[in-house]
Amino acid sequence: MNHALILPILVPAVVGALLVIAARYDRVLARVFSVASMVAMLAIALGLFVIAGDGSVRTYALGAWPAPFGIVLALDRLSALMLLLAAVLGLGVLLYAINGWDLRGKHFHPLYQFQLMGINGAFLTGDFFNLFVFFEILLIASYGLMVHGGGGLRVKAGVQYVVTNLVGSSVFLIAVGLIYSVTGTLNMADLAVKVPQVPAADQALLQTGAVLLLLVFAVKAALVPLHFWLPGTYANAPGPVAALFAVMTKVGAYSIIRLYVLAFGADAGEAAWLAAPWLLPAALLTLVLGMTGVLAARSLGQMVSFAVIGSMGMLLATVAVFTEQATSAALYYLIHSTLAAGALFLIADLVAERRGLLRDRLVLAPRIAQGGLIAALFFAAAIAITGMPPLSGFIGKLLVLDGVRASPHAVWFWALILSTSLIAIVGFSRGGSTLFWKAHALQAAPASAHRPDALPFVAVGGLLACLALLTVFAGPVHAWLELTAAQLYAPAGYIEAVLGLAGEVR
Amino acid sequence: MEFLVASAIGVMTAAGIYLVLRARTFPVVMGLSLLTYATNLFLFATGRLAINQPPVITADAISYVDPLPQALVLTAIVISFGMTAVIVVMALRAYLETGNDHVDLPGDASPEASDDDWKLRGHKQAAGPGARKGGARA
Repeated sequence: MNHALILPILVPAVVGALLVIAARYDRVLARVFSVASMVAMLAIALGLFVIAGDGSVRTYALGAWPAPFGIVLALDRLSALMLLLAAVLGLGVLLYAINGWDLRGKHFHPLYQFQLMGINGAFLTGDFFNLFVFFEILLIASYGLMVHGGGGLRVKAGVQYVVTNLVGSSVFLIAVGLIYSVTGTLNMADLAVKVPQVPAADQALLQTGAVLLLLVFAVKAALVPLHFWLPGTYANAPGPVAALFAVMTKVGAYSIIRLYVLAFGADAGEAAWLAAPWLLPAALLTLVLGMTGVLAARSLGQMVSFAVIGSMGMLLATVAVFTEQATSAALYYLIHSTLAAGALFLIADLVAERRGLLRDRLVLAPRIAQGGLIAALFFAAAIAITGMPPLSGFIGKLLVLDGVRASPHAVWFWALILSTSLIAIVGFSRGGSTLFWKAHALQAAPASAHRPDALPFVAVGGLLACLALLTVFAGPVHAWLELTAAQLYAPAGYIEAVLGLAGEVR
Repeated sequence: MEFLVASAIGVMTAAGIYLVLRARTFPVVMGLSLLTYATNLFLFATGRLAINQPPVITADAISYVDPLPQALVLTAIVISFGMTAVIVVMALRAYLETGNDHVDLPGDASPEASDDDWKLRGHKQAAGPGARKGGARA
């Protein structure tokens, strides 16, 4: 048993509690603790990433209760990858936030730690009731972060967000209940063993449960028609929080990849590939709607929110093909779109901070302080998210287009991905030229009252540098992701690793 | 008993969904509570309905009911209780900060939202007789 597996959950839990108790009034102490914890999480995630690279699945039975009876954590390549992604984004966003955002309300740092605890837990757990619990942890923290800093509009958007997710939680529980009532297990690996044995009479209950569960993950992943909460939430949330939320939609995508390949995959008998016919059309529709929204957005925050929806559509459509090659392409695109969206939300906040009452609305205004640098950052991030060469978005799209060639629906992918790319490019060019370029036509001198701080630029630059690294090392990364996908599509190893523990005890 | 439990869950879910779709926060909170009650009952029923049977296996027990759903319900109750508190506080805060208790954001809200606004009401009464009529109607 490897105790390192529980550290990504334990570290933020302990530091979060410490911050509430000890560092409530001392902002320097709170920042030091918070950043130290984030660095530790990054180091642990890197360590786990290296450990998981050997291709075996490691498990950690909480309280040493054997697998189908107790709760297990399981670490495979996919979990390690997601942990690393969350830690990198978390550190970048935190460096941005400690430049002043964290003082605009109370308890920013503890909430941030609990948010990461929930995210890490969701990536590690091998039990789907436990997944529900970690979803709730990350949601409770996100409710607090969402309304951080207050303001009527933000709180109102926060109420909508909470209501949507509470309904989602109820549906999650109903789905868990349905699946449990038929299979008698809550363990994902055990479920994969039990699903093929479910008698025909119970198939309807099982499949209803599985599709309801898909619905819940679709709410989290902002899939059409359940995407409606995202633009209001992300555009009204504080900038750094919206950037962190870029990884929350990926929790939904991760859960879909994990559960529907493992338990409802090739070996599931009557319920095999249950998710595909629902997921594919919804995801393609999401792609179109998201990228069209980019064109229609009225503020930079809204524009990035719709770009997130569009990229989730592309990601999940590729996942819905359910082949190894497509999944590895989808994972590459997942890493890329998380980092790019995070960077863009931070840039939107940089702009909003400098334009007074106009915030980040797409209207003409005098030049902003450090306009050149921010424009350059925006240019790079926009190139990345719209999928133009030379950054990783281009490679991601290329991999996706190549990965789905064998699918019977490939023609839809090619047509929709290429045309929506064009729409996104037009949308982002319009936004960029309104905000940065046309401002030069106005005679007013740039507002220079804002004292330039280095840290926000370091944070944004760091995220963009990760994108550049992802581009330069696309070959090795993709080779690693192919191994990840191969591990996903051979679930026997995962099942044996989780349930083998029980075999030893018996 | 099956009919009673099933219809109770169904009626509560239907009422909950209806209330969640209302425009103001109070009915929405009530609807969420009803939905979670229905969910808890449903979870409880997934362990099969049985009377007078122990949830814990003892040496002399002939049969038992599944104890796991009861543990799940307990977890779900705790979480939903906390969540209800959170949403009530946030709804109150939104009412105090924006002046009305409508769920929609100002851009999408119905005209009633500004009629109900306690902040605007004060302004209308102060503005003059023409505006007072609007205030009195609200």
